[in-house]
Amino acid sequence: MPAVAETIETVQSAQEGGYKFGFETKIEMEFAPKGLNEDIVRFISAKKGEPEWLLEWRLKAYAMWLKMEEPDWAAVSYPKFDYQDAYYYAAPKNKVVPKSLDEVDPELLRTYEKLGIPLREQERLQGIAVDAVFDSVSVATSYKERLGKEGIIFCSISEAVHTHPELVKQYLGSVVPQGDNYFACLNSAVFTDGSFVYIPKGVRCPMELSTYFRINAQNTGQFERTLIIAEAGSHVSYLEGCTAPQRDENQMHAAVVELVAMDDATIKYSTVQNWYPGDAEGKGGIYNFVTKRGACRGARSKISWTQVETGSAITWKYPSCILQGDDSVGEFYSVAITNNRQQADTGTKMWHIGKNTKSTIVSKGISAGRGQNTYRGLVKISPKATGARNFTQCDSLLIGDQCGAHTVPYIENRCATAKIEHEATTSRIAEDQLFYCRARGLNQEEAVGLIVNGFCREVLKELPMEFAVEAQKLLAISLEGSVG
Amino acid sequence: MLKIENLTAEIDGKQILKGITLEVPAGEVHAIMGPNGSGKSTLSYVLSGREGYEITGGSATFNGIDLLAMEPEERAAAGVFLAFQYPVELPGVGNANFLRTALNALRRARGEAEVDAMQFLKLSRAKIKALQMSEDMLKRNVNVGFSGGEKKRNEVLQMALLEPKLAILDETDSGLDIDALKIVADGVNAMRGPDFSALVITHYQRLLDHITPDRVHVLMGGRIVKTGGPELALELEAEGYAKVAA
Repeated sequence: MPAVAETIETVQSAQEGGYKFGFETKIEMEFAPKGLNEDIVRFISAKKGEPEWLLEWRLKAYAMWLKMEEPDWAAVSYPKFDYQDAYYYAAPKNKVVPKSLDEVDPELLRTYEKLGIPLREQERLQGIAVDAVFDSVSVATSYKERLGKEGIIFCSISEAVHTHPELVKQYLGSVVPQGDNYFACLNSAVFTDGSFVYIPKGVRCPMELSTYFRINAQNTGQFERTLIIAEAGSHVSYLEGCTAPQRDENQMHAAVVELVAMDDATIKYSTVQNWYPGDAEGKGGIYNFVTKRGACRGARSKISWTQVETGSAITWKYPSCILQGDDSVGEFYSVAITNNRQQADTGTKMWHIGKNTKSTIVSKGISAGRGQNTYRGLVKISPKATGARNFTQCDSLLIGDQCGAHTVPYIENRCATAKIEHEATTSRIAEDQLFYCRARGLNQEEAVGLIVNGFCREVLKELPMEFAVEAQKLLAISLEGSVG
Repeated sequence: MLKIENLTAEIDGKQILKGITLEVPAGEVHAIMGPNGSGKSTLSYVLSGREGYEITGGSATFNGIDLLAMEPEERAAAGVFLAFQYPVELPGVGNANFLRTALNALRRARGEAEVDAMQFLKLSRAKIKALQMSEDMLKRNVNVGFSGGEKKRNEVLQMALLEPKLAILDETDSGLDIDALKIVADGVNAMRGPDFSALVITHYQRLLDHITPDRVHVLMGGRIVKTGGPELALELEAEGYAKVAA
């Protein structure tokens, strides 16, 4: 049983008497009862002290969601998720946190070790060590001051709802509407927290923004909602996630990320996703159903997605760009690894609306064990998008003979002057490559790591430096035991 | 030193090595010459541990250690280096990164400290200069887009950096023009010393004009049929394998 559920149920059973007193008692106990209904949506909104308009917004989403069907077009299979058998709100303080690293799963610590994550950082990731937490709080505060001087807003979305309601109201759901898809709709109804970023006109954000510097980022929960707005001429690079393994006990994750770029603005969004993938037999593991979309609203704006997806049992994710502004640019660089029984159906949508819009897609899929890896992408060129250009490159690498790689590129072109290029390759790690490396002294796993990193180089070089080094190690770790 | 005794090996049930006995003392360079299909490449792969070859009998030891029981990377750590006949391309893997990873893997296995990026750069530059190669070599991806000659030169560069005790050069001279041949030969000659032995496998005598072997062995039909001094290579060149071996 997931730890959160366990905690909640232990508390419940300890308070048997209180349980039948119904809803009110639960509020004091910092968790909502199991299941999903309108009251739960109201509960979450009330818990966060949200204004009426946001509650209405959530309820509207919930009503839509009830009428929707879970999509089944992706090339992933999983047992039907029982939405009534899950918790949608549990306050962080109910979480059982280990007191020291001695109490943490040694397997997890070994992975940290291999990733070269410093001890203090390991403690922070586990939510331990008051010192470390204080450290990150003070770091966060000093960064916040520096950002504040530039007029940059970087806070949790719950905080933004109170401090900058006009911005949230204007942009929330403006890129991914409530009824966009089943999972985004569910998120709109029950999202718990996430990041909010606002970069004022002409400001170049002086540092990479990372959830690391946001207090309590580790508890943002399963329905994360992120909104980034870059005003005209601004520039921001945002890092999501962490290369350390995340043992979140919530099985279903349905996040929504919305990006808005105005004239000449640039948003670079980098993700390293390393949620628990389940064991070798496919037991456990996170279902990651994410909707990420960016709107290049302004002329010459640019949105660039870079993702390294190594975790989760199921990944369903298509970071996309709506290229509305003339001469706007969309980019998608992706590495997705599936090992053991992992399944990934991931790709992008590039929707060209403005003139001379340009998009680049580079996707590297690596399948090992019994992993299934699908690239699914749509390049859509509207009639008015004269001079639009797209370049797509999809490469698949197979390790072993029981995995699968699939490429599903859709192209819808309604403009005669558009130029669209698509390249795709599928290859194996050749025996002679492995032997060549081993004859030079590398062991089997180092050799696989080196070859795979070479295969992914075009994507990895898009990652910010501090991320890239860890991501490289992560690729090798994700494939451990997949050869020989 | 390398000691091979009555070594037999087969691939896909077909016997290729039919009882090879050979000794390369420390500090010596031996040439193995033979026609196509005589088992030259098989011998080099068996010694370096490539999968797919079944050892059916005999032994091969290096300084007294059983080579055949070791993984390829363990043999590399023990000081064995194979210069490939067909060097393999590694797309996206930078040559410098590859070389440093290999060097550090070897150093780690030997309990030595790893070299950092700066130390490696210094070291590799010195080697490149000594070999009269271009520094460009380090920036490119491993063997990707290299000409035949460049690939072979890259093998020699790797050898110079990894400083093996035993180098097996599998037809390193094939496809080389005379200038490249000289660079390869100079690379091997520069390493000669009391702690370095080499097994130079070749079809032709011309490489041996530049690397004078201490001994020449003729490999035919999976066996060493004749052994002699450097003059044997010249004899082979003039008379052909069939006559010399007869």
